[in-house]
Order: sequence, then structure tokens, then C-alpha cells
Amino acid sequence: MSAVSTFLTRRRGRKRPHVTDVLTYLYLAIGVLVMFGPVAWLVLSSFKTQSALIEFPPSLLPMEQVTTPVEGYDEPLPLFDVALEDGTTARLAQVRRIGLEAQMVDPEAPDQIIRVGIESRTEVERFRLAFENYVDPLQRFNFLVYLKNSVVVTVVATLITLIINSMAAFALSKYRFRGRNVVFLVIIGTLMIPISVILVPVYLVITQIGWVNNLWGVIIPGAATPTGVFLLRQYMLTIPDELLDAARIDGASEWRIYWQVMLPLAAPALAVLAIFSVMWRWNDFLWPLIVLTRSEYFTLQVGLNAFQGELNVQWHYVLAMTVLTLLPITLVFSFLQRFITTGIASSGVKG
Amino acid sequence: MDERSGNRSLGDLLGGAAMWLYSAVMRLLGLVMEPLQRVIGVRRMPHVFLLPNLIIFGLFILFPMVLNLYYSTTGGTNLFPQDRPFVGADNYERLFDCDNFLDPNTCAEDRFWRAVRNTGIFVLGQVGGMVVLSLLTAIVLNRNIVARAFFRSVFFYPVLLSPVVVALIWKWILQRNGVLNAALTGLGLEPIQFLLNADWAMTWVIIVSVWAHMGFYTLILLAGLQSIPAELYDAAAIDGANTVQGFRNVTLPLLMPTMMVVLVLALIRAVQMFDEVYVLTGGGPGTATMLIVQYIYTTGFATQVQRFGLAAAASVVLGVVLLVATLAQLRLGRGTEGHLT
Repeated sequence: MSAVSTFLTRRRGRKRPHVTDVLTYLYLAIGVLVMFGPVAWLVLSSFKTQSALIEFPPSLLPMEQVTTPVEGYDEPLPLFDVALEDGTTARLAQVRRIGLEAQMVDPEAPDQIIRVGIESRTEVERFRLAFENYVDPLQRFNFLVYLKNSVVVTVVATLITLIINSMAAFALSKYRFRGRNVVFLVIIGTLMIPISVILVPVYLVITQIGWVNNLWGVIIPGAATPTGVFLLRQYMLTIPDELLDAARIDGASEWRIYWQVMLPLAAPALAVLAIFSVMWRWNDFLWPLIVLTRSEYFTLQVGLNAFQGELNVQWHYVLAMTVLTLLPITLVFSFLQRFITTGIASSGVKG
Repeated sequence: MDERSGNRSLGDLLGGAAMWLYSAVMRLLGLVMEPLQRVIGVRRMPHVFLLPNLIIFGLFILFPMVLNLYYSTTGGTNLFPQDRPFVGADNYERLFDCDNFLDPNTCAEDRFWRAVRNTGIFVLGQVGGMVVLSLLTAIVLNRNIVARAFFRSVFFYPVLLSPVVVALIWKWILQRNGVLNAALTGLGLEPIQFLLNADWAMTWVIIVSVWAHMGFYTLILLAGLQSIPAELYDAAAIDGANTVQGFRNVTLPLLMPTMMVVLVLALIRAVQMFDEVYVLTGGGPGTATMLIVQYIYTTGFATQVQRFGLAAAASVVLGVVLLVATLAQLRLGRGTEGHLT
């Protein structure tokens, strides 16, 4: 490995970095900007007030105009720096704006109205994070309900996925029985069949069971994943049969062998499948969109989509909720980063 | 020190609780499974282990696949098969009723052919752009760079984001008063309504989905690059090959099997693309970015008149395309393995 790197990065001069090194780091710098920039911009924007969000061109940081209470006025007035005709600058509060003219007062001497052109004033701003974008939707919308539904779907579906797929993989890898190969081939044959190809009939099955607008209708259809069976079976094949036979001689039942011997040994593969399942379920969109039509059953993704599709998009809330939606996956990734990337590289399964 | 030991004991506590719960549930299930084994014998236990998976698999994958074929031969707007009249190949005839397949306006079901054409453009642009960029990124990451793990994560991070989140992030950037238009006006250019112009919308749909998925393929290609034995580069260097020759004669041929896997995987996923595009543009402006899966979804579920038969027929066509792509992958996989030796 190091030989490859030295070959690819060998330098002509002694000290001077080769031009390809410069290009490499330039590429990486642009990469960081392009891959992280949009997410960083989302997070920065989500802390802006509603009025700051419609500003064009937008400011980089969340800024807010400073207001000050002035004697004689009920509401606090917005502050401006005004270039006066005598060449000095004064910090004045705006009472109202009429066309191209603004009526200002000096907060220290609120009796006298000063008329200035709107061109001559600039807003006084300060840095402030608009946490109300995050707090308001929690109270005013169904956000917490969506969050709860998403958590329920993700946790329950992942547990069911792990149990039933590991049972099937156990049977397919550690027993000889008639039809084993047929079953395995049929399962593998559907690896590449996405749910989008069988939407109508799966919807019929769900309707017949009565699972429309029911979280079970989202959880169960994807639980028997061919990918999961395949992943676990391949791993279990590498576990020596002798370990199972030893347990058998000790009088353990097959079920006991499954959960006390096989599952602990297959923990690495189970962990990979668990991470995939969490990502699939948390990010799932098309199927929940079809099964869940009433907003009290929406998952986060469906709720977020419904919210952004409204006629009057309230971006300050949408952005904050988007940040909350990507937060759990980001946290999981930052802790398990190495594990996830190697897991995906070795299994070739899409996260 | 105290804090750390506190954390550890909390972790131990949680782990212990999880283990206790695990064995409690498994023992509970054992109350059914162990008597069952005594009744039916060890030889039938694998069937029991397979059963839960096969029930769900059969009910939600296998049976629907067969039923889908039946649906595609029925008409009407009722969901239940017994209420649906048999119409033979009518749905397929409607889908393929075209004077000129290159011009959707001459087709009976013009929306389907618009979706097919859009998907074609999307697949070409997205797969092409993504394979080139992932390869380039993988090569850069394979060099002797500082903080490789960090940069690898940077390129991989968007893969984890949900399609809805990806679409909203970019919708915010691309809107009329967005940061991209601010940059354009800063350069003295006119702002552009990126998502309201048909050509721009398709361009950005492609860019956004490359952005969202290239990290995954980068990772696979990086693994492929790292599996190339270093001795081959040494041998090439001894033979006097420069970096470019080394790349063309050592890296590319040995990376070919991985490239093929990446190409076909990307192709299969691009043909099925739906969520990001749907949330970003809603298929618009007009039908400019409506892809095949969105056509199936809207025809079957998101209209007043739900034409399940037509949606099923379209999904059978999509299924056939995917099947061909998968078979091609198996075939190519076999072909390239031969070249390896």
C-alpha cells in the first residue's frame, strides 16, 4: 500500500511539492466546500429569522436588526445608522417609512421627527441565533408526532429485520434440507426488485390486512430484505459447524444454539445490517408516502415533504426541521464513521 | 476521572439491560420453540427458522410480483382484483401506442414517454457524471494524503442524508433568492429561476443526485484501488513506466471489474430514481423532470382517477428493464473475471 502511494506521489524535486500534490489538495478543498457547504448553509440559514431569510443577497451569518424601545411608542423601533446632510452619522430609530422617505427619531430625544431618504440609512444588525425556529414547530405543528412515528418505525422495523433475517440465514447456512437451494435462489433473485416495481399489489395486500394509515403497514413489507438474508448467510457460512455441534452435544435445543451461539458470533454482520436498516427506515419516503395519508401517522420524511409543499412555504420552520431530521443520522455517522465506511465498502450494500 | 468512570458504568448498565432484555425475549420465544422441536424433531427446525421470513417475503414480494402481472391486464379504477375487468394487453397497447417513439406528443400515453425520455437523459447524465467523479475522487483519496479518513467521510456524508433532506437543502440553495443567485448577481449576472426552467431543472436534478450518491461509489472504487497489489506498480516503475502509463496499464485494467459493478449498480439505481427529484422539482416545470417511477406513482396513487392497471403495466416494463440490467451485470461480471488472470 505504501509503495503505491510513494509511486503515485513520488516527487521530482527534493523539497518542492509536485504539481499533482497541489492539484490533489485543491481538489480536496473544493470537495469539502461542495460536499459540506450546502449542509453548512442549511444549518446557518435555519438560525435566521423569517425576515432575514427573505433578504437578498443573503448574509452569511444569522443576523437580526436591533430594535430599541422609544418613549411614546408602543412597539420597539428598528435602529438605523443614518448619514445626515451635514456629513455626520447618527444612530436613529425608524418610526415609519413612506415611499422613498423615512421618518426617524433620536431615541434620546423622541419628540423631534427627522425625515431622511431611505438611501441614506443602513440597518444596525447583531448576531443572533433564532432558536424560535426550532422551538415553535415543536409546539405548533405535528413535528413531535412525526418524530415519534419515525423512531417507532425505525426501531421496531430494525429489530424485526434483525430477528427474522438472522433466523432465515441461520437455516440457510447451517442446515441441509430439501429445497434449501431453491429458497436461497428465489430470495437472491429478488435482490434487485425495488418496491417501486410492485407498488400496486403491495398496496392491495396492505389494504386487505387493514394497514393503510397504520405504522405496521410501513414496518412489515420491507422487513424480509433479501439483502439482509444474503449478508448474514455469507457471514454465518464462515462460522465453523463444530461450535454448534459442541452445543448440541451439551443438550442445547436448536433455538438455544441460534440465540446463544450463532447470534453472538454473527454480531459484526448483525451490526452492519442494523446500521443499514436504521438508515433505510429513517430515510424511507416513497412507501410511507403511499401508506400514510393522515398527518397523525406521517413519518418525519413524509411530514417534511407535506410541509414544504404547502402554498406558503414557511422556510424558517422547514429549514429548522430539516436540520433536526438530519441530526440523528449525522450523530450516528460521526461515532461509527469508520465502521460504516468499511462495512459498506466490504459488503457493497447501499446505505 | 470520576466522570469517565461514571460514563462507563452508565454504558455498562445500558449494555447489561439490553443483554437482559435480549435473553428474556429469546427465552420467552424458547418456551414455544423448544416444545415445538420435541414435537416435530430437529430435522424440521430449519423450516421453522425460515417461516417468519418466508411469510413476509411471500406476502410482500413474491405474491405481489405475480399479482402485478395480473393487474397489468385489468382495467377500471377499483383496487380489488375481483372488481377489475380483464382487458388483455390493452394497458400495454396504450403504453406503446406511438406514431414516433422519439416524439412523446404522438403517443397515446404521452406522459409515459416523456418520463421515459427524461429518465434516459437523467440516467446518461447522472451515471456518466457520477462514475467519472467517483473515480477521480477515489484516485485522489488513494494518494498519500494527510487526514484521508476525514476526507473520505466528507465525500461519503451526503450518502447518509435522506432524499427529502437532500432535496430541501438544494431547493433552498437554488431558489430565486437563494445563495447561488446571490453569487450570480455578485458577479454581475442576472439571477436564474433554476427550478422553473426545464433545462436548468434537469441539469440540477442530475447534479444534486450525483452530489448525494457519489460518495458510495467512491468508497467501492477506493476499495478496488487499494486491492491492487503494490508489486505491480513496482514492476511497472522498473520497466520505466511513468505515472500516466502506470495508471493506464496497471490501474485501469485491474479496476475494470469494480468499475463494471459500479456502473451497473449506478445504472440500476438511476433508473429507479424517485424521491429526491420528486421533492426537489415535483417532476416540473410541467413534466420536464418527471421520471418513470414518478409516472407510476402519480398514475396509480396521486390522481383522482387511479389507473392501477396502467401503473402496473408501466412497472412491469420497468421491472423488465431492471432484470435485463441485472442479467447484464452477471454476464459482465463473468466476462471481466476472465480478463483478470
